[in-house]
Amino acid sequence: MTQLLESLFGGLSIGSVLLLSALGLAIVFGLMGVINMAHGELMMLGAYTTFVVQNAFKKTPLEGFYIFFALIAAFIVTALLGLLLERGVIRYLYGRPLETLLATWGVSLILQQFVRSVSWQFIAGLLIFCLLFFGAMGVLSRLANFERIRGWVIGLMLPISAAISLTISHILGQTYKLAVTNPWFGTQGVDVTAPKWLRGGLPIVKEYQLPYTRLFIIVLTVVCVLGIYWFLNKTAWGLRIRAVTQNRNMSACLGIPTATVDALTFAIGSGLAGIAGCAVSLLGSVSPNTGQSYIVDTFMVVVVGGVGKLVGSIVAASAIGVISYVVSSNALGPLVGFSESLKGLFEFFATASMAKVMVFALIVIFLQFRPAGLFPQKGRTVDA
Amino acid sequence: MTVKTLEPATEPTTGVNSRKKQRSLLIEAAIVIFLAVLLLVVIPPLLTAAGQGVRINQLGRFLSLAIVALGIDLIWGYTGLLSLGHGIFFALGGYAFAMYLQLQLPAGQIPDFFSLYGVETLPWFWQPFYSFPFTLIAVVALPTIVAAALGYLVFRNRIRGVYFSILTQAALIVFFNFFNGQQKLINGTNGLKTDTATLFGQQVGNNPQIMGAFYALSVLFLVLGYAFCRWLTSGRIGRMLVAIRDDETRVRFSGYDPTWFKVFVFAISAGLAGIAGALYTVQSGIITPKSMDIAFSIEMVIWVAVGGRATLVGAILGALVVNFARTLLSEQYPAFWLFFQGALFLLVVTVLPSGFLGWFRTEGANFVRSLLGRRKQVMTYPSLEEDPEVQYERENLRD
Repeated sequence: MTQLLESLFGGLSIGSVLLLSALGLAIVFGLMGVINMAHGELMMLGAYTTFVVQNAFKKTPLEGFYIFFALIAAFIVTALLGLLLERGVIRYLYGRPLETLLATWGVSLILQQFVRSVSWQFIAGLLIFCLLFFGAMGVLSRLANFERIRGWVIGLMLPISAAISLTISHILGQTYKLAVTNPWFGTQGVDVTAPKWLRGGLPIVKEYQLPYTRLFIIVLTVVCVLGIYWFLNKTAWGLRIRAVTQNRNMSACLGIPTATVDALTFAIGSGLAGIAGCAVSLLGSVSPNTGQSYIVDTFMVVVVGGVGKLVGSIVAASAIGVISYVVSSNALGPLVGFSESLKGLFEFFATASMAKVMVFALIVIFLQFRPAGLFPQKGRTVDA
Repeated sequence: MTVKTLEPATEPTTGVNSRKKQRSLLIEAAIVIFLAVLLLVVIPPLLTAAGQGVRINQLGRFLSLAIVALGIDLIWGYTGLLSLGHGIFFALGGYAFAMYLQLQLPAGQIPDFFSLYGVETLPWFWQPFYSFPFTLIAVVALPTIVAAALGYLVFRNRIRGVYFSILTQAALIVFFNFFNGQQKLINGTNGLKTDTATLFGQQVGNNPQIMGAFYALSVLFLVLGYAFCRWLTSGRIGRMLVAIRDDETRVRFSGYDPTWFKVFVFAISAGLAGIAGALYTVQSGIITPKSMDIAFSIEMVIWVAVGGRATLVGAILGALVVNFARTLLSEQYPAFWLFFQGALFLLVVTVLPSGFLGWFRTEGANFVRSLLGRRKQVMTYPSLEEDPEVQYERENLRD
């Protein structure tokens, strides 16, 4: 009994992290058909935002409650970035999911390296470059024959503004030395410390206690799921999002601004990644590679749950969470004491990494019976 | 506006057509052989003379990576299946050969690393790798079988598109975890070293003879792989693959079962990756689970995308160019390589969807003309009118 409770809660706490990080992905993938490989990096940025907010609130009266401000800040930062990403890249790639996969992978690489090497010098160079390049494009685009000279303008302005910004940032680095060249975060991980009231744990059974941070994440997940559910089903924009998902052309004919809906959906999905990142930062140290370790797991949640249904993601995340906890903690080992070979088998898989092997094998077997996931979308459009 | 008219075919019969095809095939074969000889005989001494001897080894490694790119072009460019798990097959080939090399010991001994973990007897699956012929077969067969099994399970259920990509990526993670976690079986994170082992009585590492031999083998297998893929894609199977890429449902309605074609081509490309893995491992001196990194497998895809999908030559060129760009850039500015790579992904997808070779074939001539201040060429319909294949279809395949 204690074993059962323990695996239930252990599984739930793994599952809630999975669900929280998969939620944004499920929205973007399910509603828009976009594979966002940069989702993990958006989480990582959310975690870094938390770190920044925590430092900003140090030694202020609100120190204990920085986490709530961090949640809001993380949501805003990643949602804005998501908006930029959608407007800049993804809107050209709708209907080509494999291309979005590659493009967002490129974005994820850039974000990783950005976090590693961002410094005042870097920011200054980037700002000057954007100002020069996009400013010139903006001014020149008023010319009547802009479309004809566009190629030449880009070919000329790109090296010029790159050269100017590189020189200026180099001069900045020479004059102010370490004050501007020192990277903000560096390649090492940073640590977010949970506020005082989140330390310790809730005793559940004898030795096992559920840390308050885990409990906080479970509550946060529930709040997010309810919030998203409410947003999609009870608000005007939610209705529009669902309409565009079902039939894009018809929605456009009825006057729904589909481009705005796309941007909004992607921004919300990214913002949820930020919140997930904020939650993840409570569990351990955050490094630029943090995002990569989550991306495959979260995709598995979406695939198993079935695309386009939030319920599927919830069930899949808890199931995967419980199974991986049970396998990795070898909770079933004592139950099969009658058979030596079976026991050996369970022991073989009783590490975190081997549990992943087991879970994946189970997922492949599961997909043999339900290729479209737990709660597949029905209808003729699905196969197209 | 200048109008380009194609040379009118004198006799639109199949005989002339096939003779024409034969001639162009012969020319292509001659070019390939010429390039291979160039790579084998001319380039190594040139590089050595220029004091860049290190680059020969790099070139050899990148040539073997080009073999993987060929396989990826086969399944992605032609069949439209984006596999993000080719690192598995690459690593399987590499591990198979590395295990053989590790076992080149006096009788009764087992590889050193086993003693670190207190393993006394050789695990059972190492046993067959004492045999050289078995190893050679395993390098190809192991990845092929794994890919066929995985492919069958996936394709049978009509899992396709992005779901296939995600599943292959998950499989990659699984294999990575398995190889990474099993110290007692295959030395875990540390991987298997090959440069201290011996092959045919000679030490492998720092041995110009063996390295030269493997360089030559890389060139040879690249040529063979190219010829094989070229043969495969120009025949009926090739058309089938393209048909699956363009409209799988229609293929199904025409009475074919795409499953087996997909399994077949996935297995073939895995086999190519296995060969490449073995060649790469010996030339780099070590194989670790790192070759099953997520990033590495996606990188393989970008080589093909940069060169041009469904061109084969593009895949090879892409692999060579991107890898050399990587070494040169990361030697100079290590931090900038990731920015550059990310930008490459974005650019290739948004601006150059058909890769450099594809762009060159469609737009290249016009671009050069516009640089010279000439007008664009326009393909018009006289060319269609005079196309023997179109004529033939009109006459014989009316209804």
